Amino acid sequence: MEIIISILAGTLFATGIYNLLQKQLLRIIIGTVLLSHGAHLFILTMGKLKTGAPPILIEGVNEYTDPLPQALILTSIVISFGITSLLLVLAYRTVNENNTDNMEQLRGNEHE
Amino acid sequence: MSNLAVLPIIIPLIAGIILAFFPKKLVLIRFLTKVFSIINLVTVSYITWTVFTSGSIIMETGGWDAPFGIVLVADSLAILLVFTTNILAVACAFYAPYSLTNRKEQYYFYSFFFFLISGVSGAFLTGDLFNLFVFFEVLLMASYALIVLGGEKVQLQESIKYVLINLFSSILFVTAIAFLYSVVGTVNMAQIAQRVQDVEQQGILTTIGILLFFVFATKAALFPLYYWMPKSYFVPNPVISALFGALLTKVGIYSIIRVFSLIFVYKIDLTHEMFIWIAGLSMIFGIIGALSTNNIKLIVAYNIIPAIGFILMGIGIFNEDSMSGSVYYLIHDMLIKTTLFLIVGTITYVAGTSDLRKFSGLIHYYPLLGWLLFVAAFVLAGIPPFSGFIGKLLLLKGALSSGEIAIVIIGLLSSLLILYSIMKIFIKGFWGEKDESLEHKSTKGLIAPIVFLLSLSVMLGIGAEFVYPSIESISAYLLNPEVYIDSVLKE
Repeated sequence: MEIIISILAGTLFATGIYNLLQKQLLRIIIGTVLLSHGAHLFILTMGKLKTGAPPILIEGVNEYTDPLPQALILTSIVISFGITSLLLVLAYRTVNENNTDNMEQLRGNEHE
Repeated sequence: MSNLAVLPIIIPLIAGIILAFFPKKLVLIRFLTKVFSIINLVTVSYITWTVFTSGSIIMETGGWDAPFGIVLVADSLAILLVFTTNILAVACAFYAPYSLTNRKEQYYFYSFFFFLISGVSGAFLTGDLFNLFVFFEVLLMASYALIVLGGEKVQLQESIKYVLINLFSSILFVTAIAFLYSVVGTVNMAQIAQRVQDVEQQGILTTIGILLFFVFATKAALFPLYYWMPKSYFVPNPVISALFGALLTKVGIYSIIRVFSLIFVYKIDLTHEMFIWIAGLSMIFGIIGALSTNNIKLIVAYNIIPAIGFILMGIGIFNEDSMSGSVYYLIHDMLIKTTLFLIVGTITYVAGTSDLRKFSGLIHYYPLLGWLLFVAAFVLAGIPPFSGFIGKLLLLKGALSSGEIAIVIIGLLSSLLILYSIMKIFIKGFWGEKDESLEHKSTKGLIAPIVFLLSLSVMLGIGAEFVYPSIESISAYLLNPEVYIDSVLKE
């Protein structure tokens, strides 16, 4: 199971990086979202995907899944959520001010 | 008593939250900012004194024992950096009202300022790798808000790149932590160090170490990964550039020091040899950048890169002299980079432009500012009585004793060129005929913080006899990770 999820996370990373290298601003943001999905899936995989009950204490259950990676992912999800929303608003403002969403044209000019 | 370790994080956080309630009452928030930053400095000075007299303060949050809960470790290195951070924060708090427009101040500048300080202190003090990631995000979020504050065209252009590169390196950081968790099964730094020690860093661990190095190198703007830095430090207001230049890259280099003196210390020939190469290349490329431009803000921004290179060189050589050189240079560079950014910001304000070809003869109108820049250039380049000299001397002594001649030559040459790049501002901007068209502007309030920081820098050099024993003890402490592990895990 870990191998399949690792390959999936790898695919997400590859598509994310491909999208990051595009010129259109929105594609780049989609790329960052895919990358963070890949990373979160990866944390889950690295915490070992053994079968067990959800980490809620119930009498009579001995096997639980590892709760720490889930807490780490939850933290990481809200952080990337915050950054993504900031990035979307930033992109909106940038496109409005500069009248372009092409990263090639968003180069800073040293002498302005 | 051990709760002292959390105060440098909590006080700015509370200050930031309080200031967010009445953003339009400028007189009040300026006053409160100064009061809070001074309260914080006094508290941190007391904690620093405690740490240096009676040893590290370990705080286990929530009363959980060390590997299970989050620990805050106020050891001598971390608390010294927090102390320096707060000195800079006080200077910037006093400089900001004269430099920012009222509109920028009204849009929560001071709140973000305190959140940045809180994140930086947290990153220095934490003893947990995932918690370090969270504090990185706290300070980066505040820095995103600060870099774009004002919303000019060029700021928007550069900030989007800054956000993207930092988001990417944060994702890599999370991935590296996931790798490390799957190998050693913990995120507490002391326990990671202990478990890495048990297997003597075999197998995948060196790869994870290098992945972590690349994450921190992106934050610290080292050689192949510095391209985002100069432009993004060039666009915001001088106070904000000063905070970024002094704090953000230094958090990255601090993380490298911490991780590679505590956890990954068993394959030195591989990783630390690479550090020396990267340090050399950072010095060369940084100084080429600084010489290539006529923009005074960019000159100072590019000068960050060789300084980070010098600090990394000390970690690469990894003996007692070079480590104390690194720590000394780190403190010195935080102080002097802030001073230089503030000086350059003041020059840009009085000259109305940051292009060196468009003004000259400022010394006729602003003699004090000119001589401050002159002294700051000497301090930065490492002319003997000043602090840059002692740091570089220790670094070069460490390099010579381990036979790294090439890096010594690069280091000395780049020091010369650093001096030239800053002196160019002095010669072209301050010398020359009196420019009658120049409008005389008041520098009220702008000079005092600069004088304060510069006199501290000068004291760090002249009073080296007083400072050096503490730095030497930090270096001995860093070279012996057992002390850290034992003090956190209490065995």
